[in-house]
Amino acid sequence: MSQSTTDPRMLRAPPKRPLRLSWSDERVRGIVWQVLVVGLLGAVVWWLWSNTVHNLEVRRIATGFGFLRREAGLPIAESLIEYNPTDTYLRALMVGLLNTLKVAVVGIVLATLLGTLVGIARLSRNWLLAKLAAVYVEVIRDLPLLLQLLFWYAILQSLPGPRQAMQPLSGIFLSNRGLKLPWVEWQDAHSFALLAFLLGAVGTWLYRRTALRKQMQDGQPRRVWPVALGAMVALPVLVWAALGAPWTVDWPELRGFNFRGGMTISPEYFALLLGLTLYTAGFIAEIVRAGILAVPQGQWEAAQALGLHPGQVLNRIVLPQALRVIVPPMTSQYLNITKNSSLAVAIGYQDIVSIANTTLNQTGQAIEGIAIIMLVYLTISLSISLFMNWYNARIALVER
Amino acid sequence: MSETLEHIASAARADAPPAIVLDKVNKWFGTMHVLRDVSLTVATGERVVICGPSGSGKSTTIRCINRLEAHQEGRILVNGIELTDDVKALDDIRREVGMVFQSFNLFPHLTILENCTLAPIWVRRMPKKEAEALAMEYLNRVRIPEQANKYPGQLSGGQQQRVAIARALCMKPRIMLFDEPTSALDPEMIKEVLDTMVGLAETGMTMICVTHEMGFARKVADRVVFMDRGEVVEMGTPAQVFENPQTERLKTFLSQILRGH
Repeated sequence: MSQSTTDPRMLRAPPKRPLRLSWSDERVRGIVWQVLVVGLLGAVVWWLWSNTVHNLEVRRIATGFGFLRREAGLPIAESLIEYNPTDTYLRALMVGLLNTLKVAVVGIVLATLLGTLVGIARLSRNWLLAKLAAVYVEVIRDLPLLLQLLFWYAILQSLPGPRQAMQPLSGIFLSNRGLKLPWVEWQDAHSFALLAFLLGAVGTWLYRRTALRKQMQDGQPRRVWPVALGAMVALPVLVWAALGAPWTVDWPELRGFNFRGGMTISPEYFALLLGLTLYTAGFIAEIVRAGILAVPQGQWEAAQALGLHPGQVLNRIVLPQALRVIVPPMTSQYLNITKNSSLAVAIGYQDIVSIANTTLNQTGQAIEGIAIIMLVYLTISLSISLFMNWYNARIALVER
Repeated sequence: MSETLEHIASAARADAPPAIVLDKVNKWFGTMHVLRDVSLTVATGERVVICGPSGSGKSTTIRCINRLEAHQEGRILVNGIELTDDVKALDDIRREVGMVFQSFNLFPHLTILENCTLAPIWVRRMPKKEAEALAMEYLNRVRIPEQANKYPGQLSGGQQQRVAIARALCMKPRIMLFDEPTSALDPEMIKEVLDTMVGLAETGMTMICVTHEMGFARKVADRVVFMDRGEVVEMGTPAQVFENPQTERLKTFLSQILRGH
């Protein structure tokens, strides 16, 4: 402080307490215990490590990750990238990692949406809606996830075969081979339209910021939705039309014993996604409900009494206060979805655990295989944690 | 339209309209009949104190005036606008009516200044600079301009309640409702809040105040309303009500209040 008069409270520093070398000194005890625990931990790690190295030597197992470059010879049913069994183990593991991410990311998005809706529904004044939401939450979180996954998979497996496939809408087929959907033949024009959409989204976001800044200057609110509509719908359509409006639909067709063409959602992926989403949404619903209930009734009343509209009350008063209660447990649920996706093994969806397991069996490199699985989950989980902690810090309330 | 209301309405056309008219208002919480034929007319610029034992319906009455509670029977008019399910009418009324709560209800995630500018910016559509100047003016009036950039949690109860008053005033309401504004405060803080309210009364604001502060009632109230078990039992000037109670219920209440002080 560069004040001329010194604050009298700053004049005298607190006295330093001398360390007394006695077991009755709290700080001495603290140091001794910490040294003991760290030493013990180090000893355990050293013992495990030396034991492993010794056993590997005795059994003449070569360690290292050289096996990753060998041919895998391992068939994989579904993959996001080009893959065939003559590719390396490294590529097979890549496919597994992407399959894990595919179910985890989509699951997180869907579970958040569904969970938020169910959580709000449970607070609804509508008796039926509130009770339905309550029953959903109670049933879904009381049953083990593995059981639920097997249940959904069994249901999908019991669907009729491709020849007797159900056809809820023309061009959509549901059979025990999964869900077949029509899909456009992807061309450059579509990529450009997608690019236009992304640019439009960024543009809308920038416009919203400017609109808010201008409102702070002259008080007049500006509509954002017409700009959003123009930039995110009209612009991509225009780009697509300008490039000749290509539109060839790839319809799924029954050829022999199975379908050809179209897009496939396999029963394994579908069952895993469905099970994970429904299960985790039950927990997220309770987190959202708790978050909203954590905001005192008086906050709603004070905001209403000031003349704020229901949407403004929610956006400016309730949500900012609810989110700080919601975000930390939500992070745990996102981690749970990711880790629970390893139950894929039970229904034959080839995620990272399934493929690393096969790799481990074929090559005998058990330690490396397990290490890879651990590394993958650790990386994904830490990434989610870091992102959520950043978000939490961003929305954290100062308050005092 | 009942006869009294007809009369009031014609009087309103001739003179300044009454700020608030409650005409035979009834309300139930479940099966509990909490407001029973409550009728009360408050003229513009009038200051009314409502007192009564807890559970008498005094808080519910003023919460009905800006529809934090909905009445089920009877009519409520604020500045000549009838309070119904009509959202537009409710918006108009809430802009004209400021409210101060027993537990302050400041928004903990916003600074003192942001608490005060929130509604002027988003409801009155005021430029931010203007809203901030207005907020500082009212924070000056309640004598805490130096706390503007702090958060509610950093302030004492009395300071928080004064901010709550400033926050309500920033909407430039024509009517202020006070729901036991000093009940949650320590004795030394009660005084600073009451002083602020007395200062406000001197500006000619229409005020309805639920309070047990008899000193405040004597000093500023034009009229004191005594409620018990959901009905208005007695009404009159502070002198009439406090010195010359007519009913047994009011006598009992006054003796209990005086014993407590």
